[in-house]
Amino acid sequence: MKRRLEISELVFKIISYTLLTVFAICCLYPFIYTISASISGREAVEYNRLVLLPKDIQFDAFSETFNDNMFWNSYTNTLFLTFYGTIWEVGLSILGAYALSKKRLLFRKGFNFFLVFTMWFSAGMVPQYLNYINTKQVFNAMGIMDDKWLVVIAMGMAAMNIILLRNSFEGVPSEIEEAAIVDGATEMQVLWRVYIPMSKSIIATVSLFFGISRWNGYFWARQMINNSNEYPLMVFIRRRLEDYTDPDFTAGWSNLHPTYATDSAIYALIICSIVPILIIYPFIQKYFAKGVNAGGVKG
Amino acid sequence: MQATCSDYLIFDAENGVYVENPEQVVRDDVEKHHWLNVARTVVKDWRLYLMLVPMILVFLFWRYFPMYELLGCFKVTDPVKPVADQFYSGFSYFNTLIFGGTNPGLSAEFWRAFRNTFLLSFYGLVFGFPMPIIIALFFNEIRSNVARSIYQVITYLPKFMSTVVMTSLVMMLVKQGSQTSGMGILSQFLVAIGAVDEQTAFAGLLNNPSFFRGIYQISGIWETAGYDSIVFFAAIIAIAPTRYEAAQIDGAGKMAQMRYVVLPSILSTVVIMLITKIGTLLNIGYEKVLLLYNPKTYMTADVVSTFSQRNGIVGTSQGLASAAEMMNNVIGMLLVIGANTIARKASNTSLY
Repeated sequence: MKRRLEISELVFKIISYTLLTVFAICCLYPFIYTISASISGREAVEYNRLVLLPKDIQFDAFSETFNDNMFWNSYTNTLFLTFYGTIWEVGLSILGAYALSKKRLLFRKGFNFFLVFTMWFSAGMVPQYLNYINTKQVFNAMGIMDDKWLVVIAMGMAAMNIILLRNSFEGVPSEIEEAAIVDGATEMQVLWRVYIPMSKSIIATVSLFFGISRWNGYFWARQMINNSNEYPLMVFIRRRLEDYTDPDFTAGWSNLHPTYATDSAIYALIICSIVPILIIYPFIQKYFAKGVNAGGVKG
Repeated sequence: MQATCSDYLIFDAENGVYVENPEQVVRDDVEKHHWLNVARTVVKDWRLYLMLVPMILVFLFWRYFPMYELLGCFKVTDPVKPVADQFYSGFSYFNTLIFGGTNPGLSAEFWRAFRNTFLLSFYGLVFGFPMPIIIALFFNEIRSNVARSIYQVITYLPKFMSTVVMTSLVMMLVKQGSQTSGMGILSQFLVAIGAVDEQTAFAGLLNNPSFFRGIYQISGIWETAGYDSIVFFAAIIAIAPTRYEAAQIDGAGKMAQMRYVVLPSILSTVVIMLITKIGTLLNIGYEKVLLLYNPKTYMTADVVSTFSQRNGIVGTSQGLASAAEMMNNVIGMLLVIGANTIARKASNTSLY
């Protein structure tokens, strides 16, 4: 009896380890292949001679990318959009969520519904596009020709993140707030000195959600920005990919760049775009798990 | 509350007469000046309301104004004029989309997009939904915290890649071959194990309508299965160890423990996640489809969002595109509300 039990446990354990390892390899392999292909020689990539490790190592694809002004330009633009966009969204979300977390707020249910309704029903892509075009005209009429600031403020915030913050603020004991008020704190001081320090981890989580979506944003940036100097990284990568897979564009490639293939150029670009995320990823990963669990069911 | 006669008069036992009730007078006073008092608290809390203003404005501007633009689907399109000055055309766009009307080809295209939207989501539900649960069960088998963290870090990783990077990788892995370069490494692998024949793979799997759905689902699972397991794993580790021990004493093997301990414990989480997924059945991520599809695969890849993107943003028939999205989004909203109601009835926890 006891013996049979152990065997079933063991079999299940072996199956879990095997399948998880297979899945983990599937998750990791494309990235390793990308790195190898970006530093392999032209013929090795074009005739698919490499499977895992690089062959005929060259770094010309990377140096070409690093010498590309457009690339650094787009990098700067993405950093700009991510930095200001995250500050804008987190700041407004904290203020709004704090107000919504107060039971004494008049029409509290109404304001909540106002937020939640946007999660149920979205006007859709084309009406949003028309709205952006109209706003852009207003911006241009005001003399602001820089589309970057429009992209920073134009993305409506995700209602889900505000609700996450609101729930976290509601969990702060009201006695602490009352004590602060007795000590003569204003509303802003209560928020700044009591609520924000007490919800640090959920604020970090929400900031990361906002930041990652900004860093990864593609579609609206492409629709709203006309000037190619203002393209963020993702738009730049996509345009390069479209160029490099176009036979007309790559016709004279082997004469111009004898050492590496077009594919290597694309792979090098992809690596450059994911390196910052890979560096901070191990540190932020636990916050994401926290956010998912906090936002899973409550609302 | 309606005050009755007995609320106003109380019997004074000492003098043997009825006298006016002072408490009710105060109550009346409060009721009479209810809105004045409310106004006083609002004025006192003006800072709180000021904090709310920027958020409300943002949502008004970027979420509710587009809903006004949506009215364009009832109007004759004239891009020069603002929506307010355009003529109402009634349901002519809806008529064209649903029944064909003046343009039967467009109607067929719309229905194809609608069908694809539903099918992509539905297959995503059938194949994609069980994966995170299975992975969470496997995570639970790994007793060493270090090993589990390593597995988790690796399997969550694809989720953090942007759609552009992810689709670029997919396109490169299954790219078509040409005279100067071979096909993608994944295509080669599939040819080697005999899953696809060489000619199809050489022409590019993403140029073939019959492979689009498969590529879409597999890349979707690759991207999200690890990350989505977080919520199920949290439910599994919340199970008290004593319950496994009790089951073991009763002679339950591994499968029996799964069946009678783990499954009932995570069932409510599974049900809620399933209902959420059903609610968002029609809100398909258009970015991924837009980046992966091409005219050769419209047959299976074109969804409602991309249909309206082609007509309304690339093309100029914005009214028509809005009408298509309106139908999709209204059905989507009904699904969300329905799913939420069922969740509330089933488990006493509403999602919103």
